[in-house]
Amino acid sequence: MVHEETVYDALDSAHGGEGQWAFGTGFDEPLAGVDTTVPAGVEPADLGAYCLMLGDDALVLAQRLTQWVTAAPELEEEVAIANTALDLLGQSRLLLARAGSVGVLGRSRERATASIPDEDALAYFRDAEEFCSTGLVEAPNGDFGSTMARLLVAATVRLAVFARLRDSRDPMLAAIAAKGVHELAYHRDHAARWLLRLGDGTPESHRRAQAGVDAVWPLLADLFSPTDVETRLAAAGVAVDPADVRAEVRGVLTEVLTRATLDVPGWPADVPPRGRTGVHSAELTVLLAELQGLAREHPAATW
Amino acid sequence: MRADLAAPALEDARAVAETVADPELPLLTLADLGVLRDVRTEGGTVVVEITPTYSGCPAMGVMRADLVHALHRAGFADVDVRTVLSPPWSTDWITAAGRRKLTAGGIAPPGPAPTRSAGPVPLQLGPSRRTAECPQCGSTDTEEVSEFSGTACKAMRRCRACREPFEHVKEV
Repeated sequence: MVHEETVYDALDSAHGGEGQWAFGTGFDEPLAGVDTTVPAGVEPADLGAYCLMLGDDALVLAQRLTQWVTAAPELEEEVAIANTALDLLGQSRLLLARAGSVGVLGRSRERATASIPDEDALAYFRDAEEFCSTGLVEAPNGDFGSTMARLLVAATVRLAVFARLRDSRDPMLAAIAAKGVHELAYHRDHAARWLLRLGDGTPESHRRAQAGVDAVWPLLADLFSPTDVETRLAAAGVAVDPADVRAEVRGVLTEVLTRATLDVPGWPADVPPRGRTGVHSAELTVLLAELQGLAREHPAATW
Repeated sequence: MRADLAAPALEDARAVAETVADPELPLLTLADLGVLRDVRTEGGTVVVEITPTYSGCPAMGVMRADLVHALHRAGFADVDVRTVLSPPWSTDWITAAGRRKLTAGGIAPPGPAPTRSAGPVPLQLGPSRRTAECPQCGSTDTEEVSEFSGTACKAMRRCRACREPFEHVKEV
């Protein structure tokens, strides 16, 4: 068996024993060795922008879910939430690295030193207005019922998009989606089972689950309005037009809520994309301060 | 240091890579787990291909470091560990030896992975239909406690016969 004393020793020795493995070592660049050629006829800037949309959704939701760690109702649920967050973080890493591989780095490179890998530069050194996540994922968790209602919606939309992205003309997006589909199916079904349990449980759990659903519903308004980038890439067979998943998403959500004895609120009218174009609530700024504080204070942190 | 990488050297490199243990399931090698996809030579370089189990697998960096370290120690100076994402890892790739080691280590091995079909993924609202034999007593009367466990690739179960809790590598 080949093992160092600890995993950190192995990482450290792989990097010349500099004792620096946190930010900026590049030891774990997730696309190492992957062919990152852009498909013919596709604008790299569009592809990168699209990867940021999908990557930011996952990164922000992962951070929100992580806020339940040490506070979840039971240990098994804490592990489930943490695993869900970890899956999303992994999807985000691949997608941000893909954006970086086609040169889409926003203004992160003005702030991040050259030794910091693209994915970290994008995650830690962009401000809120450069994020393309939707309002759905940035809203605070609320109680457990609200958290599961939001996770159900977010995972249902993402799973529907990823299932189609498996056929993307960009082989990297197709590969990321093919991995992600299995993970997202677990996330969606986990949240759906909780809504069944809460909705069909006690009067109090029903009340809270319904309140969570009612609170998350207005956030569906801008999920299905494509940006120009998505429209162009969908026409090129690279991206998914979010309008194409609307019917499937509504079908799944209606089925879950009905079986959970919860009311399905009226579907909000579509509005032009907000989060995708950098329009966010102040809550995202607070979340990013927590996420980015350490990396910005100590960009080459060692511990 | 080895100057050339003739066929016997490639076999040596493969044998070395196949001894490297998985950081999170150290009772298995990367080869047992099906994560080690290829070992080959390109010129004087040993090229090793690995694939993550889950997107967020935090062990990829450690795997890469362990592989490089092991091959360096065996005298291969030039090593390139590459990530492959496609086709996605499946528990069907865990070898027969890997499955035996899991059971011996108290972890139930996965059953056959579900068929990967195109199109929408159907909702699964009932309790999981997965089954697993208790690695302690062999009973099939076991229940799932949680679909998630200490690592992304495992679920938690409990044996109704011997009452022991155990982990189960879930099928993907």
